Amino acid sequence: MRRFWRFLFLLVPIGGVATFVAAPYFNIWLPRDVSEHGRTIDSLFMFILYLTGAVFIVTEMALFWFSWKYDARTNDEPVKFSHGSHALELVWTILPAVTLLFIAIYQMEAWAAAKMDVPKIPITAEVTGRQFNWDFRYPGPDNELYTEDDIIRTDGKFYLPVNEEILLNITSADVLHSFFLPNLRMKQDVVPGMLQQMWFKAKKTGGFDIVCAELCGWGHYKMKGRVYFLPRPEYEAKLVEMANEQKTMRVQVPETE
Amino acid sequence: MSSVTVPSVAEKEHAHTGSFLKTYVFSLDHKIIGLQFLFSTLLWFIVGGLLALGIRWQLAYPWRPMPILGNLLAANEGGQIAPENYTMLVTMHATVMIFFVIIPVLAGAFGNFLIPLMIGADDMAVPILNMLSYWFMWPAFFFIGASFFVEGGAAQGGWTSYPPLSVIEAAAPGSLTGQTLWLMGVTFVGISSMMGSINYMTTIIQMRAPGMTMFRLPMTIWGMFITAILQAFALPVLTSAGFMQLSDRMLGTGFFLAEGASANNSALATGGGQPLLWQHLFWFYSHPAVYIMILPAMGMVSDIISTFARKPLFGYKPMVYSISGIAGLGFIVWGHHMFVSGMNPMLGMTFMVSTMMIALPSAIKTFNWLGTLWGGKIQYTTPMLFAISFVSMFIIGGLSGIFMAATPVDIFIHDTYYIVAHFHYVLFCGTAMAVFGGIYFWFPKMFGRMMNDSWGKVHFALTFVLMNCVFYPMHILGMQGFPRRLADPYHYETFRNLLGLNQFISWCAFIMVGGQIIFVINFFGSMFFGPRAGRNPWHANGLEWQAPSPPGHGNFDFQPIIYRGPYEYGSPEVEEDYYPQTQPPKPGVEAQPAPAH
Repeated sequence: MRRFWRFLFLLVPIGGVATFVAAPYFNIWLPRDVSEHGRTIDSLFMFILYLTGAVFIVTEMALFWFSWKYDARTNDEPVKFSHGSHALELVWTILPAVTLLFIAIYQMEAWAAAKMDVPKIPITAEVTGRQFNWDFRYPGPDNELYTEDDIIRTDGKFYLPVNEEILLNITSADVLHSFFLPNLRMKQDVVPGMLQQMWFKAKKTGGFDIVCAELCGWGHYKMKGRVYFLPRPEYEAKLVEMANEQKTMRVQVPETE
Repeated sequence: MSSVTVPSVAEKEHAHTGSFLKTYVFSLDHKIIGLQFLFSTLLWFIVGGLLALGIRWQLAYPWRPMPILGNLLAANEGGQIAPENYTMLVTMHATVMIFFVIIPVLAGAFGNFLIPLMIGADDMAVPILNMLSYWFMWPAFFFIGASFFVEGGAAQGGWTSYPPLSVIEAAAPGSLTGQTLWLMGVTFVGISSMMGSINYMTTIIQMRAPGMTMFRLPMTIWGMFITAILQAFALPVLTSAGFMQLSDRMLGTGFFLAEGASANNSALATGGGQPLLWQHLFWFYSHPAVYIMILPAMGMVSDIISTFARKPLFGYKPMVYSISGIAGLGFIVWGHHMFVSGMNPMLGMTFMVSTMMIALPSAIKTFNWLGTLWGGKIQYTTPMLFAISFVSMFIIGGLSGIFMAATPVDIFIHDTYYIVAHFHYVLFCGTAMAVFGGIYFWFPKMFGRMMNDSWGKVHFALTFVLMNCVFYPMHILGMQGFPRRLADPYHYETFRNLLGLNQFISWCAFIMVGGQIIFVINFFGSMFFGPRAGRNPWHANGLEWQAPSPPGHGNFDFQPIIYRGPYEYGSPEVEEDYYPQTQPPKPGVEAQPAPAH
């Protein structure tokens, strides 16, 4: 009981590691990745997790060990009357500095690939966030946006071809939103009056969540969409189907567009 | 509480006339003003905590009427938290905790109480400015408090208040009057902080006792000093940005609105501005504000750890340089809040490098705290337990920051519970623990009585275990991509399986908040019935412990002369294991040269 307090500090590294070890068994982990570049982001995440995990264990164990060994009631040695050490300060300045610089430089390429190197391909579709819906505009057969044959969908279902590089224009019609595709490791805030681009390549077919990740008002929680990745022939059939649907039924196009 | 047994020259010179109102309400005495800040912030701490419970209830039992507290938080809906009410809760929880609790409790309460006592001054440089800095908090309390009762409710734009959501009135119910009141409230907090920070800087530079050189100041004072500088330089930006947003809302300007901005079929607003401008201006203040919310806590923890390890602080000068480094770098990292905001990605890379570098001084501080524990004779008092837990928790909060700093990873975890876990580890598990530790540590000086140590330890164990149960699992929620500020995330396929974990977190949060009653009872009970403390109950070196407990008007009953730094514990020069800053060196003993560090 006398040493009870120090065991609380031992619980930190034990519980901290145990949580991350146990999480996959409860099916909580990075969500399934279906994109091509997601692997880079995930491995960077895991790299930082192992690195910080090691530092975490070492420092927390040192904290526990010192609090155990140097308890006034059991430690008979006199206090080490030390004001510090130049050598140690140098070591624990330079080591973290080098490590942090390494992480900084190591990740630059992944960032450039995800946000800076825009692929030179035609626009696949345009995404517009509005309270509280994701609207999608496909360029139609002429491959140009804002022409008469555009297909406009406001039902939150977004169809895209699988295994192809995709380039999207993304923007907002009213307030800030964030176009978040957890399974593609993609997120970009959309800003009214600013046209931005997002690109990725999906490797798997199927439907995946579209989430709004920037507070946009009371309906923020239900600003939901689904993205469906289809093989090329099915995708083209879907486009034709949607174009026909649009011809036969009246789709209300918001005036601001 | 005001009974001072030792009459002093200073007291005779400007003693109060004795009326209750003058002594406790309109006081010019820095100690009373500090206590006024302390009581106000603790009161708002309760409000902020209750708002958090509303959030936790909704995440554990979406749309189910909340028992007991629901009658307060959502009376109109029969206790059920409506979605707009939920966004109000997240906004106001953060606003209250940041602007009414953490910033004023550190700078206002501890800064006011400790600065003159620790540097050997009889009061602040400008007492009247000091009094005003407290009284200017009251308009802020009034505006924010009133905003809960106006049409549409309190602000709902997040504590970051991003336009256009916060500017266009039709965008959210909270953007009616609530947002205007929010902006005015935050402006008044800014005015109060500004008056405080000017006063602190002047006092620390001008009013140190003879012999109290800058490098003999305790770390608490260094933390307060650097904080004051940060506030003085960063606050004007927030204040002017606040006025720009006010004029966008009320005068029809368009600083933060794009051409043709409109929401929810509102009339077109004046455009031509840029929503991202607000984010730059806001974070230019609010990133340094993150350090305003941690540097004084780091200082207090350094003092407590050195005192109870009975050992000099390891690496005093590196500690001073690291907090200065944190403050300097703190001005050039604000863009890391905006990696996915639409800011030029090239700029993101620059901010990423500066952000990685700011982790360095924090690492140096952590190692120095460990170095202080090493080879000491640790006394496990309640303040020490809180201080050690600050170090332990700050390691987690610091390391999890590296994930966000790595830009490609941030694309995924930005605005998820990963960031929620990160800043709660720094602000609650970090700063709030330091504040509790500071209260247990300086309570004897504040009220002349000791707090109950056993109940303090019970309070510590309960808070320490439960806060980890609350905030640690949020890391893995964030790994799954669980976004913050979502009233009901479970209808997404990706987040469906997280309900169980959220219920666990919520129950731990309920018990933890309920358990704080132990602290409240201990606090008020000890104020009236605790054992008398005497001047120096902890056998500490700091100058404040040489004054009477509680110190009378004018603080010291002698003229303090400072012979050494505050951390000479276990010095071979004296028999006791402590060596107060004011104790003259024994004749014949060479005073030790100032340590190289």
